[in-house]
Amino acid sequence: MLAYTLRRIGSAIPTLLFIITIAFFMMRLAPGGPFDRERQLPPEIEANILRAYNLDKPVYEQYFDYLINIMHGDFGPSYKYLDFTVTDLITTGFPVSLRLGMSAILLAIFVGVFAGTIAALKQNSVFDYMVMGTAMTGIAIPNFVMAPLLALIFGVYLSWLPVAGWGGGAIAYQVMPIITLALPQIAYVARLTRGSMVETMNSNFIRTARAKGLNERIVVIRHALKGGLLPVISYLGPATAEIITGSVVIEAIFDIPGIGRYFVNGALNRDYPVVMGVVIFFALLIITLNLVVDLIYGFLDPRVKVE
Amino acid sequence: MLLDVQNLTTRFHTHDGEVFAVNDVSFHIEPGECLGIVGESGSGKTQIFMSIMGLLAKNGTAEGDVLFEGKQILGLSTAQLNTLRGVEFSMIFQDPMTSLNPYLRIAKQMTEVLVAHRGMGEKDAEKASIELLDLVGIPESKKRFRMYPHEFSGGMRQRVMIAMSLLCQPKLLIADEPTTALDVTVQAQIIELIARLGRELNMATVLITHDLGVIAGLSDRVLVMYGGRIVEEAAVRELFHDPQHPYTRGLLDSMPRLDDSSRASLYTIPGQPPNLQALPDGCSFAPRCTHTMEICRKQRPLLQKIAAGRTKACHLENVS
Repeated sequence: MLAYTLRRIGSAIPTLLFIITIAFFMMRLAPGGPFDRERQLPPEIEANILRAYNLDKPVYEQYFDYLINIMHGDFGPSYKYLDFTVTDLITTGFPVSLRLGMSAILLAIFVGVFAGTIAALKQNSVFDYMVMGTAMTGIAIPNFVMAPLLALIFGVYLSWLPVAGWGGGAIAYQVMPIITLALPQIAYVARLTRGSMVETMNSNFIRTARAKGLNERIVVIRHALKGGLLPVISYLGPATAEIITGSVVIEAIFDIPGIGRYFVNGALNRDYPVVMGVVIFFALLIITLNLVVDLIYGFLDPRVKVE
Repeated sequence: MLLDVQNLTTRFHTHDGEVFAVNDVSFHIEPGECLGIVGESGSGKTQIFMSIMGLLAKNGTAEGDVLFEGKQILGLSTAQLNTLRGVEFSMIFQDPMTSLNPYLRIAKQMTEVLVAHRGMGEKDAEKASIELLDLVGIPESKKRFRMYPHEFSGGMRQRVMIAMSLLCQPKLLIADEPTTALDVTVQAQIIELIARLGRELNMATVLITHDLGVIAGLSDRVLVMYGGRIVEEAAVRELFHDPQHPYTRGLLDSMPRLDDSSRASLYTIPGQPPNLQALPDGCSFAPRCTHTMEICRKQRPLLQKIAAGRTKACHLENVS
């Protein structure tokens, strides 16, 4: 398993290099630059600034300089948040984003698995149709619609929750962002769980468990859930990716000081190092989590040998 | 009488109408005897026992009387059935590859039965389980006990299934095509194992199969099923030497024989098994029978006693 892990880490390097290259040149292709303002700067000042950040060099030189820098762990300064390096921004923003993301994933797993399992056990009942109907809606409504909608209802009309902000991490400020992030994932997890539990409950080994006279709770919890949840485990990799991309939008809408907000502001301001830093960080996160998920899978299903 | 089944009728409700899987079937099982049940796929032989075990698919319903040691067990709640299933009677299935839970060790799958029904502690349950693995001939049982099903061969898995079904010393073991999915050489071993255990533990066994060869070696009495009905019942020797129903005869004739080199190709019964959604008014076998008479198409033959311990459902007086 150690060899497998190392091999997976090794194979991540070309992936990462590919992502860095694409992101780097796409940023440069976007019109405008980090120091373009409505009011034209005097040409000599602009030239000074560009020289200070090495932006006066040809793009390919900047690219190789950047690669060498990040290999030394230097992700550069932010062009917008002066006095802050990209590493500073990520280390201050990540704990906030992590808290949101983890809460959303956990909420999605618990609610999704629970709803999906009940729907599977009560197949074609009113509850089943309700869960599946709600799930379809959850998947269909994009988060940038859901977020303002929730803010409007619970923040403005009902005044139950703060409309936006972080409030130093108070629970009330986290409720809506977490729910908005989790909703589509709850929906996916519920649908996945239902489908796979319906299949598992009809399998031969469940018939055996019943023939042994085990009570239905043991049949479901001990015999069905482990196999029934495998698709959910595999989905956790993509789910994390979705939560991360989702959090970029959510943090911007709810004005939360996580990495997502830095990413959006960075993109708008052509703050090249910030955007690159966040892209690399997210890519690493997703690659790592996918590996973790595969290792968990091998642990849950004894027939799968991780090697 | 250990098991007494009277007028059992099992139906499945589907989108295109009702499927009559088991139709008015009556039979009984004596303690310690081995009953064979033969028939083609779809003849209802498995569904009889699914009805008895309470394992019918959700769209299935069973009516009639099933008395186990004189107690009605048809229509019991799941909780009530769970005090009998795996305790008084157990069942093993056709496909040992998928009938064991792939995610749990054999250990857990065995001990949980004793924990649930006998209230045993994990330690005692383990000891008892390993003893049973020894009894069914699993080598290195202590080591094997900790393994997962995919680490066993097909024959070994069926042995594990058998051991698992015997944990609470049931009075009746139902074996549904226990050897169909196995290699021929392993088939004989499993059949021999079931026969030996039946004798040694004085346990009644039901052997459901489409393979007359399997029945011949093992059963005392045989029920032949066709179209969800019993068409003939006889002691195993009599059935082989003097089949009274044309269908039974056809089944015997379609067995490949080593000592008969005169026929170029194997004999098959012409036609298709009946459509269980639209059984004919007359005899279900009439469309395929070589002796069909006028009355066969109009009137369904009832199961009648023709000698001691022999019944048949056929209008024909004498098949031979």
